[in-house]
Amino acid sequence: MEAKKRYISLYVENRIGVLAKISGLLAGKSYNLDTLTVGETEDATVSRMTIGMTIDDITFEQVKKQLNRCVVVIKVIDISEVPIHKKELLFIKVSSCSEKDKAEIFRIAKAFSLEIIDYDRRNVVVQCVKTERGNNDMIALFNDMFVNRIEVVRGGSVAIEAVSTSTR
Amino acid sequence: MMKGTEMIVKALKEEGVDIIFGYPGGQAIDIFDALYDEKEIEVVLPRHEQALVHAADGYARSTGKVGVCLVTSGPGATNLVTGIATANYDSVPLVCITGQVPLALMGNDAFQEVDIVGITNSICKYAVTVRTREELPRILKEAFYIARTGRPGPVVVDIPKNIQIEEGSSEYPADVNIRGYKPNESVHVGQIKKVVALLKKAKKPLFLIGGGVNISGANQKMKELAEMTGIPVITTIMGKGAIPTSHRLYLGNIGIHGSYAANHAVSECDVLLSIGTRFNDRITGKISEFAKNAKIIHIDIDSASISKNIVVDIPIVADAGMAIEKLLEYMVPLKIDKWAEQAMVWKQEHPISMNRYSGLTAEKIIRYINENFENPIITTDVGQNQLWTTQYIELESNHQFLTSGGLGTMGYGFPAAMGAQMGNPDKTVIAISGDGGMQMNIQELATAVAYELPLILIVLNNGYLGNVRQWQEIFYHKRYSSTCLRYRKSCEKNCKDKTKCCPTYTPDFIKLAESYDAHGIRITKEEEIAEAFAFAKEHKNAPTIIECIIEREADVFPMVPTGKTLSDMILDEQ
Repeated sequence: MEAKKRYISLYVENRIGVLAKISGLLAGKSYNLDTLTVGETEDATVSRMTIGMTIDDITFEQVKKQLNRCVVVIKVIDISEVPIHKKELLFIKVSSCSEKDKAEIFRIAKAFSLEIIDYDRRNVVVQCVKTERGNNDMIALFNDMFVNRIEVVRGGSVAIEAVSTSTR
Repeated sequence: MMKGTEMIVKALKEEGVDIIFGYPGGQAIDIFDALYDEKEIEVVLPRHEQALVHAADGYARSTGKVGVCLVTSGPGATNLVTGIATANYDSVPLVCITGQVPLALMGNDAFQEVDIVGITNSICKYAVTVRTREELPRILKEAFYIARTGRPGPVVVDIPKNIQIEEGSSEYPADVNIRGYKPNESVHVGQIKKVVALLKKAKKPLFLIGGGVNISGANQKMKELAEMTGIPVITTIMGKGAIPTSHRLYLGNIGIHGSYAANHAVSECDVLLSIGTRFNDRITGKISEFAKNAKIIHIDIDSASISKNIVVDIPIVADAGMAIEKLLEYMVPLKIDKWAEQAMVWKQEHPISMNRYSGLTAEKIIRYINENFENPIITTDVGQNQLWTTQYIELESNHQFLTSGGLGTMGYGFPAAMGAQMGNPDKTVIAISGDGGMQMNIQELATAVAYELPLILIVLNNGYLGNVRQWQEIFYHKRYSSTCLRYRKSCEKNCKDKTKCCPTYTPDFIKLAESYDAHGIRITKEEEIAEAFAFAKEHKNAPTIIECIIEREADVFPMVPTGKTLSDMILDEQ
């Protein structure tokens, strides 16, 4: 069966061990995660996770049911098919830069709306807030232009349901 | 104000607990101290924590109440692991209280510190560490509630020592409100109507009943539903007893050691109404061929069990008992005489038997129990002893048959029987084990003697780990790798000469029983069965081991080889 990219938004108790419980459940059932992010919500007793997976329909249904039956899970929302805003934070550090390299990085930043958040004589740090796929493209671009000189840190997707737009 | 330990005792009393299975240690000593003067709660001391949790499990399964374990931190807690997983698979309500090192020491690799919540998270319904004295009453209340509601299961409550001794509120909450846990308490009538419509059109409908019906206590209603509709019934081994096994509509167990009639019926049926079963691989055989011609209805309290292994046409998330009641309301008698007759013919023409073996067999022993005991509680261990028992035992109802179905835990049967006897002092409790599994918790003879339990402990001794040996015989060219329990280092590597004299079996179960101040009798012939049970009946102050020396290489038939279709069964030694 065809595997597709899916997203779940998960409200959980904000307590020690809950992240381990959720990631352990997914690992124990051999469900492969693409990304998992977690943070406190407006209610300090509740955390919200955004889980991204590439997975087929039947297995995905199981994942949702398995999460739902966890006592520490308050709510499972499948946001795969609804309008959402979804972004991922990405840092790319390019090292051993010549002046020409730096000029190129500044040009790329302008063209793709990236932010240069730090640099010194030899290094540049770029911040990129795009969708996961958009960030994949940026990494591919930097990898191509600055071979073996980039360091990548990605935060994983966070998502929120849209209010007026129908974009994804 | 009261100490944490006093709150624990108060919670146990409020929850109606009259017996707990406990093993003390440094981080639980305060709780045991608080229990010392309690008259309402008996504390039973098994000889090993694994047996302790199986005993609590046997108590819970045989009474329908929550079983309670109390152990210390570290090894006390880790020794529970197998028993927690056993209870989790078979949906047994347990509350396991583990002592823990003081919060200030947690994470420091303190003496006897383990992360038992982390260890048990994937094998229990809920595991939690109490982190403040304030939340202790609420967590205890929630633990019992979670254990016994919805799909029941084990709950681990880890209580650090400093919280046990800390003073705090003496109020135990009356209500529970857990935002992440709301068990289903209704039945979708629309779905029930769909089921009725489908069944009305069916020509060959069949009930497949799992442990959910027994847990829900819906046995009487299930029998009424079967009789009213005339639909034949097959069960999983956990569902056995859902309707009396002597009932004309009962065709036997389904699965890799199921009956001919049950396995053929499921292959032939056109509507399969399954209630409270997980469609485990041991019952489905080759999954793509399972009930291939049938529309499948699945009623289960656990939504995650639905469409997990088998794609279902009509799913209903509900308690088995409530769903059966609704079905009784809407169902009508069906005209399926021809199909029912066909099923009866299968049942009559292919009964399960061990007639191919002369002398003492498991079948003869179990049939003796069927004929001579009224509604006994039967426990089994795991292996051939379990399979033979599930094939031949006759059951009237639920709470009567205790076996480790999902996890298949050797060493379960004897300690579970202890718990069952403690919960049912007036009933006859019989544990049927093999010589392998019996030795996994043999130390409990001391407990059974100490508590004067009149258990009848059948040990089917073939000197082998018989079930694995059977597989080695059939699929591995009789290469009996690590399955012979008569083995000594001086044996030849490849002994296949049955005529040769094997070394003496150890232990001598009779002498062993006597050394524990229990009773023992060894039988080798069919004619001695009655005498052995009479001996056990005469000695009611302590357990009696009846060691039954059976044919060494007797096999369990029918059997469906792994990956084969259910109807593709080996009926006998072909």
